[in-house]
Amino acid sequence: MIRRNFTKLLAGASLAVSLMGTSAMAQDNMRIALVVKALGIGFFEAAAKGAEEAAGELGNVEIIYTGPTDTTAEGQIEVINALIAQGVDAIAISANDPDALVPALKKAQQRGITVISWDSGVAEEGRSMHLNPSSNPLIGNMIIKLAADHLPDGGQVAVLSASATATNQNIWIEEMNKVLPDYPGIEVVGTVYGDDLADKSYREAQGLMQSYPDLDAIIAPTSVGIVAAAQAVQDAGKAGEINVTGLGLPSEMAGAIESGASKSFAIWNPIDLGYSATMIAHALASGAATAEPGASIPMGRMGEVTLDETTSGAMADPFVYDSSNIDEFKSIF
Amino acid sequence: MSETTTRHIPDRLRSPLEARLKSWESLLLLVAVAIFIANSFASPYFLNAWNLSDATFNFTEKAMIAFAMALLIISGEIDLSVAAIIALASTAMGAAVQFGVGTPGLVLIGLTTGLACGAFNAVLVTRLGLPSIVVTIGTMSLFRGISYIVLGDQVYKGYPADFAFFGQGYVFWVISFELVLFALLAVIYGVVLHKTNFGRAVYAIGNNPTGALFSGIRVARVKFILFLLTGLMAGVAAVCLTSRLGSTRPSIAFGWELEVVTMVVLGGVNILGGSGSIPGVVIAAFVMGLVTFGLGLLNVPGIVMSIMIGLLLIGVIALPRLWEKWRRRVARA
Repeated sequence: MIRRNFTKLLAGASLAVSLMGTSAMAQDNMRIALVVKALGIGFFEAAAKGAEEAAGELGNVEIIYTGPTDTTAEGQIEVINALIAQGVDAIAISANDPDALVPALKKAQQRGITVISWDSGVAEEGRSMHLNPSSNPLIGNMIIKLAADHLPDGGQVAVLSASATATNQNIWIEEMNKVLPDYPGIEVVGTVYGDDLADKSYREAQGLMQSYPDLDAIIAPTSVGIVAAAQAVQDAGKAGEINVTGLGLPSEMAGAIESGASKSFAIWNPIDLGYSATMIAHALASGAATAEPGASIPMGRMGEVTLDETTSGAMADPFVYDSSNIDEFKSIF
Repeated sequence: MSETTTRHIPDRLRSPLEARLKSWESLLLLVAVAIFIANSFASPYFLNAWNLSDATFNFTEKAMIAFAMALLIISGEIDLSVAAIIALASTAMGAAVQFGVGTPGLVLIGLTTGLACGAFNAVLVTRLGLPSIVVTIGTMSLFRGISYIVLGDQVYKGYPADFAFFGQGYVFWVISFELVLFALLAVIYGVVLHKTNFGRAVYAIGNNPTGALFSGIRVARVKFILFLLTGLMAGVAAVCLTSRLGSTRPSIAFGWELEVVTMVVLGGVNILGGSGSIPGVVIAAFVMGLVTFGLGLLNVPGIVMSIMIGLLLIGVIALPRLWEKWRRRVARA
């Protein structure tokens, strides 16, 4: 028995060695690993779909879609170690922790693997570039544009934000106010805070409707606020009169689109994100582009991304969801 | 490490304990060898010294805790707060870094925090006579809760460069510091459990606490020491893991307590106490490490890995039972 096991082991070893030889020689397929926060999340499954689309366009690219079971840094490190062992060409990761992954990703880079982060970034020393789904100015412009598109003759809009201290929302509202002069006739009558609580956001939206009887639109740049505001408008029987828009998730907003409480809203498109991350990883790993401040990297049908001084860049405008595409996306995320 | 014959406890003279343990460890070893062979056939990247070395990081830290946990479970107690102790110890070290404490000081703080947490559990269980499973479910929330209060969504980083040695350093070629520490601790715990009076007391308590007490064993004191040791080992694991990640977040080592207990039970330790061995735990650590790494190389989703570990656990536990049943039936026929 023991001897048989030993010979088996030897056979296994020699086979493995020979396999290693061949795979090193005949490696024309570029292997790009798309590492996500955890498997089984619709958003990331959609990103993987985008990555496959990019692989199909590029040809000779194999996508390894992987990630841990739950959203832990330790789990992602185990995944990264397995990818290093396989000698993949590139890792594109949405990180569970910007710092804890750095040692593991540094090791990957030392072994010649191109590392980029997307969606949720890694500290600079752990990756060569980071792809943000969008940028603050683009988001600020998008949320007011969504409201203005349905108000050709101008009108009153109000903002329902998260908490008064929410960094993201404050920046977006600030960016929105900067571009407000580009939308003549649009008047921002007030900003209220729902603290990202469904019931408080609902009451604040009711308050807005009472304070401003001529209100035409509510902009909620928060996924909690937009759903609550749409509900409040619907319950007040003002669906179609007051347009609720902003940033939201298709799965949660499908009802509001159907009832007409919301004509359209925006959020990043995960398919585009996975597609672009793959395109960038391919460009960097093949040497067609380098990740340095100021560089432009091509992303296929998504145009190109320009890197800032922290070698991060924004993919595109937030993607607009309305009655034409909500059914397709509501099951995704 | 060879089997000892001194493990018989007087009140279980006719028990097939030793025979079962023997078969358990050989069974596990067979499983480990089988997995090793299967892995080397399944993936060309498996039989590579560096890759195998990377793979050991999947289990070394957990196994360090598993040794102390094995003793604790054999004595009829359990500590589910170990992962939370890691979080608290890591947070304490991270806070110390902000005050400019050097590497020796950090290690001391990590170990002391572990010991203190262990002592807290020990007092509640042995002095107040509370059931350990309840106490440590409570302290699990308590310890990690403190980390969350201190850190929130923040991170501690900036660990000194030489601190990285514990989790990222290599003693010799591909032999990492963690692997050496793992081996050293395995020997120490093996000797303590199988070759000392203390170890025999642990078995005696697990088999019959009242009997042990009336035999002159200071039951409460032995249990106190076991909780201290488990806390200390969690402190050691915290040093290694923090060093490996190079940063601290309150979610560090989330969910590890169950993986440690799984390792112990897979190693043949009776969850009800009274039997088990350190060699079994060592092999179980390798089995779990090999399974996760091997499947990782094949890019098998993490959830499938969890299923495999679960099946392995049930299989290894059920097989000897089934075997015994079958043998009895054959004997009767």
